[in-house]
Amino acid sequence: MTTELQNFLEDIQQVDDFAEFQDATVRLRDLLKVTHVVYHWVNSVGERFGAGTYSSEWVDRYLEKDYLRMDPVIFGCFQRFTPVNWKQLDWSSKAAKAFFRDALDYGVGNQGWTIPIRGPNGQFALFTLNGDVSDAAWERVIARYERDLMVIAHEFNKKALAFDSHEEGQACPSLSPREAAAITHIAKGLSRGQAASEMGISEHTLRVYVESARHKLGAMNTTHAVARALSMGLIIV
Amino acid sequence: MLRYIYANDLYQYPLLRDTMFQDRADQFKRRLGWDVHVNEAGEERDEYDDMNPLYVIWEKPDGTHGGSMRFLPTTGDTMVNDHFLHLTDGVRIESPFIWECTRFCLAPGADRQVTAALTLGAGEIMEEFHLEHFVGVFDPRMERIYSLMGLVPDVLGRTGEGREAIGVGLWDMHEDVFEPTLDRAGIDRETSKRWFHEAFEHRPIPDLRAIA
Repeated sequence: MTTELQNFLEDIQQVDDFAEFQDATVRLRDLLKVTHVVYHWVNSVGERFGAGTYSSEWVDRYLEKDYLRMDPVIFGCFQRFTPVNWKQLDWSSKAAKAFFRDALDYGVGNQGWTIPIRGPNGQFALFTLNGDVSDAAWERVIARYERDLMVIAHEFNKKALAFDSHEEGQACPSLSPREAAAITHIAKGLSRGQAASEMGISEHTLRVYVESARHKLGAMNTTHAVARALSMGLIIV
Repeated sequence: MLRYIYANDLYQYPLLRDTMFQDRADQFKRRLGWDVHVNEAGEERDEYDDMNPLYVIWEKPDGTHGGSMRFLPTTGDTMVNDHFLHLTDGVRIESPFIWECTRFCLAPGADRQVTAALTLGAGEIMEEFHLEHFVGVFDPRMERIYSLMGLVPDVLGRTGEGREAIGVGLWDMHEDVFEPTLDRAGIDRETSKRWFHEAFEHRPIPDLRAIA
């Protein structure tokens, strides 16, 4: 599965239009065998951008009923940055219960998990997974994929930010000289301790530079980050 | 008790909120002499308080602020990336698994127990949200406080002298630091976990399908 998710991450980075972005949500849904994958961005001036596997009937229904005003997921996640299992949201109001029943009828699934994402300049987005399984099974899905999905959610967000900024051909991330040096040392087979002493920094600092580079490269882990940096030509060994 | 509160929920705790911002003014402006803004209400707030940060706050039995710290993920706007890049070798530290921790504040007269409780809160956040590091802005006094807690921050760079000195540092909370921290705070792990879960899990209901 790790390989599949790594390949998937690389595919997102190749996405260059909205249709492909949409296709990526479908692919991830099938890969994870969940009912839905949705990416949703509400910016500070109220503009929305979204993609996902919900049926167009459900999207229309949501808009028609103006659920955005009372959706407990939106209320529970808005402007936050800690992932939420839908089960832990406040569904106590009559309106929330009716909304949930409606969502079930439209095939959303009885489970949900949402990762709120923070980007630069106050940018904010939600990445949601839905399932139709027992609570215990859902908790296992979350526990198993939590970290990987955090990485994937941020990759979707980076892509959405790139669409928003209308920058052409900015697909290649850039690393600061220190991040590039850290990744280069790891690529050469140095241990973290050796790389750190080579750079005259502590091992802790090295780990932070490597993690920061991993995020910028959109990689799943350090090994993947090294491979990405090499294939993008950002480092030469 | 320890509370984990997003800024947009602070209105539910007006006394705790007001005393926190007042204590911040007392600590950062009056005691440390930092160049921070204090409003007419005698409160210190900056632009990062407007970004809906997560606060970890020690609430005293009378409901007032005993100590606090403020967290923001480094994928969004952070003090370190916005203002202190010259102290990080020019590296913009960005990752969903690295959060920035700033405005570590203790109410006047707060003892070591409060510091330990706040450290514990940061540790719970790190564990529960699978974080790998915290990055923060440190003054020498805070470095000493952290060191006393067994968390020696790894300072990336410093600027200024004496009282004005400030540095960017990294720290994390290892499993082996929990035990001594709990001892110093006089809190058991179960209570600590309960505070955490009560803060983040609003109204668990047995089965979502049951409401359908």
